[in-house]
Amino acid sequence: MAVFTQGVIFEGVDTSDPNCWTLDAYVKRGGYEALKRILQQGISQDDVIAEVKGSSLRGRGGAGFPTGLKWSFMPRNFPGDKYLVCNTDEGEPGTFKDRDILRFNPHSLIEGMIIAGYAMGVKRAYNYIHGEIFEDYVLFERALDEARAAGFLGENILGTSFTFDLFAHHGYGAYICGEETALLESLEGKKGQPRFKPPFPASFGLYGKPTTINNTESFASVPFIIRDGGQKFLEAGKPNNGGTKLFSVSGHVNRPGNYEIPLGTPFSVLLEMAGGMKNGKKLKAVIPGGSSAPVLPGDIMMDCTMDYDSISKAGSMLGSGAVIVMNEDICMVKALERLAYFYHEESCGQCTPCREGTGWLYRVIHRIEHGQGRPDDLDLLTSVGNNMAGRTICALADAAVFPVRSFTKHFRHEFEYHIEHKKCLVEHKWC
Amino acid sequence: MLEIEIDGKKLTVPTGSTVMDAAHSNGTYIPHFCYHKKLSIAANCRMCLVEVEKAPKPLPACATPVTDGMKVHTHSDTAVKAQQGVMEFLLINHPLDCPICDQGGECQLQDLAVGYGGVSSRYQEEKRAVPAKEMGPLVSAAEMSRCIHCTRCVRFTEEIGGYQEIGMAHRGEHSQILPFLNKTVDSEISGNVIDLCPVGALTSKPFRYSARPWELSRRKTVSPHDGLGANMIVQVKHNRVMRALPLENEAINECWLADRDRFSYEALSSDARLTRPMVKQGGQWIETEWQAALEYIVKGLRGVTRDHGADAIGFLATPHSTVEELYLAKKLAGALGVESTDYRTRHADFSRDAAQQGALWLGSSIVELAAANALLVVGSVLRKEQPLLAARLRQSVKKGMALSVISPIQENLLSHVHARLTVSPVAMLDSLKAVLKAVLARKADASSTLDVVSITPCAQAEAIADSLVNNDNAVIALGNLAQHSPHFGDLLTLANELARLTGGRVAVLGEAANSVGAELTFKPSGKGANAGQMFSVPKKAYVLLNTELDCDSHNPHRALKAVEQAEMVVAMSAFRSDAALQYADVMLPIAPFTETSGAFVNMEGLLQAFNGVVKPLGDARPAWKVLRVLGNMLGAPGFEFESAEQVRAEWLAGLGGELKSKLNNGLSSLTLATPSSASGLVRVGEVPMYQADALCRRAPSLQATADARAPRASAHSSVLAAAGVQSGQEVSLKQEGAAIRIAIDADDSLPLGVVRLAAAHPATVALGGMFNSIELAQG
Repeated sequence: MAVFTQGVIFEGVDTSDPNCWTLDAYVKRGGYEALKRILQQGISQDDVIAEVKGSSLRGRGGAGFPTGLKWSFMPRNFPGDKYLVCNTDEGEPGTFKDRDILRFNPHSLIEGMIIAGYAMGVKRAYNYIHGEIFEDYVLFERALDEARAAGFLGENILGTSFTFDLFAHHGYGAYICGEETALLESLEGKKGQPRFKPPFPASFGLYGKPTTINNTESFASVPFIIRDGGQKFLEAGKPNNGGTKLFSVSGHVNRPGNYEIPLGTPFSVLLEMAGGMKNGKKLKAVIPGGSSAPVLPGDIMMDCTMDYDSISKAGSMLGSGAVIVMNEDICMVKALERLAYFYHEESCGQCTPCREGTGWLYRVIHRIEHGQGRPDDLDLLTSVGNNMAGRTICALADAAVFPVRSFTKHFRHEFEYHIEHKKCLVEHKWC
Repeated sequence: MLEIEIDGKKLTVPTGSTVMDAAHSNGTYIPHFCYHKKLSIAANCRMCLVEVEKAPKPLPACATPVTDGMKVHTHSDTAVKAQQGVMEFLLINHPLDCPICDQGGECQLQDLAVGYGGVSSRYQEEKRAVPAKEMGPLVSAAEMSRCIHCTRCVRFTEEIGGYQEIGMAHRGEHSQILPFLNKTVDSEISGNVIDLCPVGALTSKPFRYSARPWELSRRKTVSPHDGLGANMIVQVKHNRVMRALPLENEAINECWLADRDRFSYEALSSDARLTRPMVKQGGQWIETEWQAALEYIVKGLRGVTRDHGADAIGFLATPHSTVEELYLAKKLAGALGVESTDYRTRHADFSRDAAQQGALWLGSSIVELAAANALLVVGSVLRKEQPLLAARLRQSVKKGMALSVISPIQENLLSHVHARLTVSPVAMLDSLKAVLKAVLARKADASSTLDVVSITPCAQAEAIADSLVNNDNAVIALGNLAQHSPHFGDLLTLANELARLTGGRVAVLGEAANSVGAELTFKPSGKGANAGQMFSVPKKAYVLLNTELDCDSHNPHRALKAVEQAEMVVAMSAFRSDAALQYADVMLPIAPFTETSGAFVNMEGLLQAFNGVVKPLGDARPAWKVLRVLGNMLGAPGFEFESAEQVRAEWLAGLGGELKSKLNNGLSSLTLATPSSASGLVRVGEVPMYQADALCRRAPSLQATADARAPRASAHSSVLAAAGVQSGQEVSLKQEGAAIRIAIDADDSLPLGVVRLAAAHPATVALGGMFNSIELAQG
């Protein structure tokens, strides 16, 4: 899969070059200029944060929280340790953008984290990398070695008094460790289970110290924002939806891959970029933001632009930007069964509604798919889902319920047909 | 203070309170499973969801901090729907077979399901089955399918027990509560997870399926083991004690029990109970009637008095006896003219008896001890000697107490230790002197009459001195090893001097349930012999109250020799023992704590009275009644008691003032003995936790625990090398001419010059003093 870019992170990155990830290649692309400018011109922490705020950069991990605002929550003058953590625990089905950043442009992340460390007065940072992309973890360690050797990490960076170090840590593939407090638990060496909030990581994070956690793509966007200005980043997108964003397009398209495009690009344009529908089949449905985002029927989707506000207005979420495209050969019952199975397997088991509810949802959908559905099963799904969503420590239960609600809302007739006729309305073909 | 409205009722609560705290203070019940006031907040069961105005979704009361002006509805439609939703989830995989569950009738899930559960289940799939787990002889984890994953047990072992022995493995629906693979739960306070478990997943292994909770009557009593005096409920069915549970008392045991408090009841109905009076005639034991046995005793004691004088009789008792028993035994001795009475059979140093200003005690309440800013524990294996006190101090350490230890045994306290000196028993003196010298160096105008000139404090001693000097509320506590050591007097002297210089207190951690009561009552009077003298200069007759000299003596070799040569030995005991059958001439079956009324004075000087909860087994009788009748038969005046309360009242009146005023750890003069420079190896003989008293020794489940394993000797590897012995090898250990063969292990945490070998165990009772010299030889 290729990376197609009109954006800031992959600008100038030749992904076909096996050395495109190296420090040399990055510096040639203008890398570490932003860091140098900050340190050499002595740009203040406040100014850095203001620049990020001005860019309207919103968290690229899925929740879309304004990054500059999050940075300003960090108690900069807190005495003692505080931490910066990058969340590269990219486990959301459909999402594969952060992995390409590690593969092709890891120094953009490293530079972004150093700048963030400078802005928040943090000396120690971690990058928590998903356990199932081990090769990319190894590559990232090599990039860290390069950065250390070049004096961008460690003590007295670029001859200033600024000290910052960054360490990589790989997880073991648990989806829940992408939830930021579960990630912190796992990073501390404990079982990855979300913590009850409050307290929030900004005041009680890693090892109980103030901690800021951002997504890989968010950090990787920072060098551009500092180098070329927040305004320029903002202008690449549209108001309240600053910049360009990586979309991982998968499913029934001719050219699946990562597409870095301005926020606000129409979905139809993105679909066109991805080569259009495979074999000229009809577009049936799209999950626009990773498996946890509600599914949208194809016709609704064709009217959307790819930004936080438009997708939200249509009843879904931009999430992590994983666009799962489904054609007319998909049985929505079978598709939902697979999603429900995922959440059933990935629930951490801490909270009662999620531990018990994810399995229940899966079993009912499994039953419908296998011709044993009962007339009141759709009501049961709704009721069980209502008892789960918003009743747990983290949002995994909500993530498990959203697909159930949206699939049964937009494609109810398929479920009803399945229950009544004990078979698929659509003869299911995976591809 | 914050203002909150719960179900329309306004109240103010301190800042930092949770909604659950506020509801409790208001008497509003919010259903919950994972929440427990003594444990950290998990917020995972979700049963306590309540409606908070302006919040978009129901919030867990246990974890939601109160904000000013918050309005909470615990029984609104939204709240109840959320609670019912959670209950449905809890029940879908929980077996609904309460009639065959051991927890049935006292199950939180069962109770709450009545209020929040549905009439029938909407879950038609197969239920989850979870394999049984093995957690050891006390806690049954045979029915883990019942577990609702509240993690109370996990949090208890980690937070209160100090070491996470139970964890939740796997994820989601596959989550399982389990101990470490192939490991049991060995905490000395593990039984509390049975109370904490809200369902029938963790149950009491000894009690399981022996009774239904509604068949049991609840009776209050006091634990008869360590000096803490934990408050308990014993539950009784058909005149038999079926189990023991904690009775909450925040000032003493909080809501916990140590495992020996909880499981020692098994001994009460053991086959080893003595149920008939017995007299030895011509070397044969014959069961007899009370009258005949008592007449035999009266005649015998009179004979000894006549032939050898009252000085030839000695009375010995355990400090596990009630104050009434001790008082009447003392009074009976007095009626015979006997002055030699003592409870300190495990002690070796009586040199400060004359200098003592009062009865030894904790020096403060338990709560005050836990609030100390600095605590130096001298000569103790704290977790084994005082399991619940150790757990309480663990919380104090978390709040900032500087806990230091000077002891011959390096115990893992499962909490942060500020400074530690692991030294031989005699070197504890030099260690304390070093601390004393370091304290003097920190106090410009202070001086001491004690000689510390030749001492150079080490870094650890300096650190201990820092903690004692820099904290205004410092305590120097003496544990069992200190009290049993031949240097106890000097240790007490040094502790007093340290307390004087630092403005701190001395604490003596009472070994037994009634150590303080015995200290007040049963020490020798006049020129009477103490326990040590009663064995070194044998008496012609001994009256033994509850004590089993093989296991309860400092030097069993010498003690058994002394009683075996006596003309008459009267053993009053709840149990028969092989040793007693050897040395005694009369055995009287007396009632253990559940079968008599009485009182104990705990380590903090609190008199706690209790009633008998069942009838005495067989012909056993409360010891106070037996002693009363013996007094009558001797024709002594003042034995006309009709109740234990009358005895207690007379005892209290005879103290000559408030009980608390008689407690004092001070000494009239502070002087140190010149320690004899002993050469060769010295034994460190601690009393194992489940060998401490007659009840523990006969409780089968306790005896099956890891802590009750047959003792092995241990010594520093260089000690083994000097003796030419390999670790793990069987060796010969010799004291006073007696030898045993036992395996020895290398343990480099031990100081040089010592062999650690537990006392009070059948495997080692042939040997001599707990802290005397010992010879180590191959084979």
